[in-house]
Amino acid sequence: MKRSFLLVFLITLVGFIYIGRLFQLQIIRGGNSNPVQSAAVKIEYDYPERGYIYDRKGKLLVANQLSYDVMIIPKEVNSLDTIQFCDLLKITKKDFIRRVKKAEKYARWLPSVFVKQLAKGDFAFLQEKLHKFKGFYIQKRIIRNYPINSAANVLGYISEVNERVAKNTSYYEQGELIGWWGVEKEYEKELRGLKGKKHLKRNNLNKVTGAYKNGIYDTLAINGNDLTLTIDSELQQYGEKLMTGKRGGIVAIEPSSGEILALITAPSYDPNMMVGRKRSKNSVRLFGDTINNPTYDRGLQGAYSPGSPFKIINGLIGLQEEVIDEKFYVKCKHGYRYGKRKNEVMGCHCGIVNRPIRIKKAIAKSCNSYFATVYRKVIDKYKKTDDGFNTWSNHVKSFGLGNYLGYDLPVGQKGFIPNAKFYNDWYKFGWGPTTNISNAIGQGEISTTPIQLANATVAIANKGIYYTPHIVKKVNTNSIKNPKFTTPKKTTIDPKHFPVVIDAMHEVFKTGTGKYSQVKGIEICGKTGTVENYTRINGKKVKLEDHSILIAFAPKDNPKIALAVFVENGGYGSTIAAPITSLMIEKYLNDSIGRKHIEERMINLSLKETYNKQLQNLDSLETGKK
Amino acid sequence: MRQEKNNIFLNIDWLLILLYFLLVGFGWMNIYAASSSDTSQGGILDLSTRYGKQLIWITLSIPLIIFILFFNAKFYERFSSILYLASIISLIGLFLFGRNINGATSWYNFGGVGLQPSEFAKAFTALALAKLMSDRQYNLKLLKNQVKAFIVIFLPAFFIALQPDMGSVLIYFSFFFVLNREGLTLAYLILGTLAILIFVTIIYFGDSWVYLFCFSLITIYILYRFYKDKQFFQFNALKVVLTYFTTGFFILSMSFVYNNVLEKHQKDRFDVLLGRTKDLRNKGYNTYQAELTISSGNFLGKGYLQGDRTQGNFVPEQDTDYIFSTVGEEWGFLGSSIVIILFMLLLYRIIFLAETHTNKFGRIYGYGIASILFFHVIVNIGMVIGILPTVGIPLPFFSYGGSGLWGFTLLLFIFIRLDAHKQYDW
Repeated sequence: MKRSFLLVFLITLVGFIYIGRLFQLQIIRGGNSNPVQSAAVKIEYDYPERGYIYDRKGKLLVANQLSYDVMIIPKEVNSLDTIQFCDLLKITKKDFIRRVKKAEKYARWLPSVFVKQLAKGDFAFLQEKLHKFKGFYIQKRIIRNYPINSAANVLGYISEVNERVAKNTSYYEQGELIGWWGVEKEYEKELRGLKGKKHLKRNNLNKVTGAYKNGIYDTLAINGNDLTLTIDSELQQYGEKLMTGKRGGIVAIEPSSGEILALITAPSYDPNMMVGRKRSKNSVRLFGDTINNPTYDRGLQGAYSPGSPFKIINGLIGLQEEVIDEKFYVKCKHGYRYGKRKNEVMGCHCGIVNRPIRIKKAIAKSCNSYFATVYRKVIDKYKKTDDGFNTWSNHVKSFGLGNYLGYDLPVGQKGFIPNAKFYNDWYKFGWGPTTNISNAIGQGEISTTPIQLANATVAIANKGIYYTPHIVKKVNTNSIKNPKFTTPKKTTIDPKHFPVVIDAMHEVFKTGTGKYSQVKGIEICGKTGTVENYTRINGKKVKLEDHSILIAFAPKDNPKIALAVFVENGGYGSTIAAPITSLMIEKYLNDSIGRKHIEERMINLSLKETYNKQLQNLDSLETGKK
Repeated sequence: MRQEKNNIFLNIDWLLILLYFLLVGFGWMNIYAASSSDTSQGGILDLSTRYGKQLIWITLSIPLIIFILFFNAKFYERFSSILYLASIISLIGLFLFGRNINGATSWYNFGGVGLQPSEFAKAFTALALAKLMSDRQYNLKLLKNQVKAFIVIFLPAFFIALQPDMGSVLIYFSFFFVLNREGLTLAYLILGTLAILIFVTIIYFGDSWVYLFCFSLITIYILYRFYKDKQFFQFNALKVVLTYFTTGFFILSMSFVYNNVLEKHQKDRFDVLLGRTKDLRNKGYNTYQAELTISSGNFLGKGYLQGDRTQGNFVPEQDTDYIFSTVGEEWGFLGSSIVIILFMLLLYRIIFLAETHTNKFGRIYGYGIASILFFHVIVNIGMVIGILPTVGIPLPFFSYGGSGLWGFTLLLFIFIRLDAHKQYDW
């Protein structure tokens, strides 16, 4: 027996090694493999219909349409009448050869797209003759369709899933469609539905040999959910019309709910440009336009100095901190002196010299001196400048400024509301309220986006309460229940301080800067603004044409709409922003326009020349320096 | 003698027979799974399908078994030389009448039925070797006797190498276990193992490193001896020179074999196994697909006829050399481990019975077939599970092929016949 030990030992050893190897392969490596992710299983998808999108009144904004791709399986292509085929597809023979070669290079026995998205007329002709052309067939695809040329920035678009997204998600495969922007992106999961999966057996030659395990893993496609937006498409279209020839944004919100009634950016584009055969050409054109930036949503992304409307918030903070009351007054002497040197004066154009100005009048007339005084008093109330400034900053932030609002659209800007730390880092020496006195009148370091301003207006109109603005009202027939959008948020200002400010804003449209934009029968409250803006060219500060800005809500009691209008380089707030605002309000509340001449003037008013001139000036400044 | 004839079925080892039918039956089930994608109208006996043909071969092996058991045990001992010679002649005859399939002349064709003489030659070589070594005068310590044994073993191997069928040649090296059992010095096995080790190292690191390593090892050893005994060189100068010389020659010949003797595809197989190439589409395709297929079986397997990779024919040669991948996929870790254990039991049983033989002939033959089966199982399963390089030899009793099945049946049942007779041998 002793001599047989070697062989017995080897048999045992090899047996153990082999069973160990099987354990490694089948239990360790095989244990975490998915049975259907195998080369032997082919998965075919059944794509559901993407959800439709409606406006708040049920008007269809986004629908689906069929598109037809001509597919090719190169291996099956026989000799064919190339000239006739090219004629039908409206391509040249050279193009035909190029496309066939491309398909062959991809795979000879697999289908690939030969001509994308045929026009409907071409499809009808081709379908009749297609039987003559072996190896070609037509595949239906569902693409988007936009019945109304409007709100491209809100709706967004869908796009093919690229390699990176396909790799990082488990749901999508390369070439499938995914919401890429706007509501399409934000509500992708609602809109897309669930694609159905069919598992098929296939062999080593890639040939399908039947259903895999009789289809126990198969799932049915579930159609996407329809969305109802909060947008009023008539108002949206009207706003877009008013903004023709201008750059800027309008954001209108329903104060009682936070629903966004209109979100306008100008210039914009026709959403149908992002669909169909010319899509790639168009998208290059749209995204390449760095001068007009049609894909930049100024309502959400444009962070500007808020200007005079910001004074209202400053006034409210003064009242809340009890450094002023309704009786408190300031005497303005063409400006506010914040230092001893000669140039340390902030000018004021309120036009009331040496007479007492109280809060109402200060807002109505937009008095810089008054709000500089209030700002300084708020900060000086505290022993430490830091404490004072942070108190002020927190009050401002409670209006939803200085951070993302949390609305349900994928783009945005934080804007900026400084705190004490910001100035401590900036100034090595001590600083006080006079250092950044511009903040008192909405200039200086602070910046806000139009939607933030519209939201702050809601907070004023509601006497301190606002709801996070949102764009979707219903998913299918169910109203949204996201607590983020249905629970009210409060500002740090006591409701009792608002009426005086609202009265003052009412006064603006009665006797103040907005008096030429009154609408009969509608009590508008608002505040105009003219925002200085600068740019830097070769390190030198250059002043540009002022931005025209306005916040407003109406009616005064039980407000139905609050909005912020922003027109880049539009000059005085009262000349462009005020009439546009009043027209928007009139349109929304009365559904008809009484002041046709103003409407016409606003639609036809184009700032193109201003923009061109500005561009030329900047160009020449830039090249002149070189 | 009369008494023995009456008791033949009482004395045969039923455990071996049980193991045989278990393996053959389970093997056929897997062949059916692996080739069921063949289009068939005639059910399991359809001769146009692989599983149908194999079932015929299995059925016909029963008369073969009866035939084998019918002969007296002494017949195999007496006629072993003649059987051996006949198999050598049949191997030589291949070069005149054989058919060339896939570049190897390994087959006779009898009216559409192929026969592979090399499958039968193994059994007869084992018989001849047993006959040679069971002689009372035979002593393996003598070089002359060693050479005789080598000739018996490698004569058929030589003709098989000419076909060429290198996988089958490899099997003949398993007889070294028999020689070792009967007293051959272990040096051969150690040398062989060393050769494999150096061979793999050469492929992995290149020969210059192997030279460096081996020479430094020897030098260190010599210096150590010199340190112990200052007169070491006086007595061993020639030995030292010889050691260096043979080592150098050994490595040189190994690298020569790798670089000049091995064909491109054989080199590729080593490269694949050692992970030196990642080409999974061509060179490593078989191994890669087999591993994937086995892995996908998990613990319990996908179920009989449910292996989607088997049904999709992803593993080439899945009903012949790669049949174990089907076992792995459809029967999982459990099933494939049981198959390995069945083979181990078979081998243990043969060795156990062989050791109980008082007759040298029976013992040597039993040991010989254990070694042959062992080699087949190691090389085949090792290849399928990616431990050994690709060598095309069948898995005993499992792989599709009539000659293979009959060859192994012959191998095993001659032993069973001899074993049934052992109590009458004194």
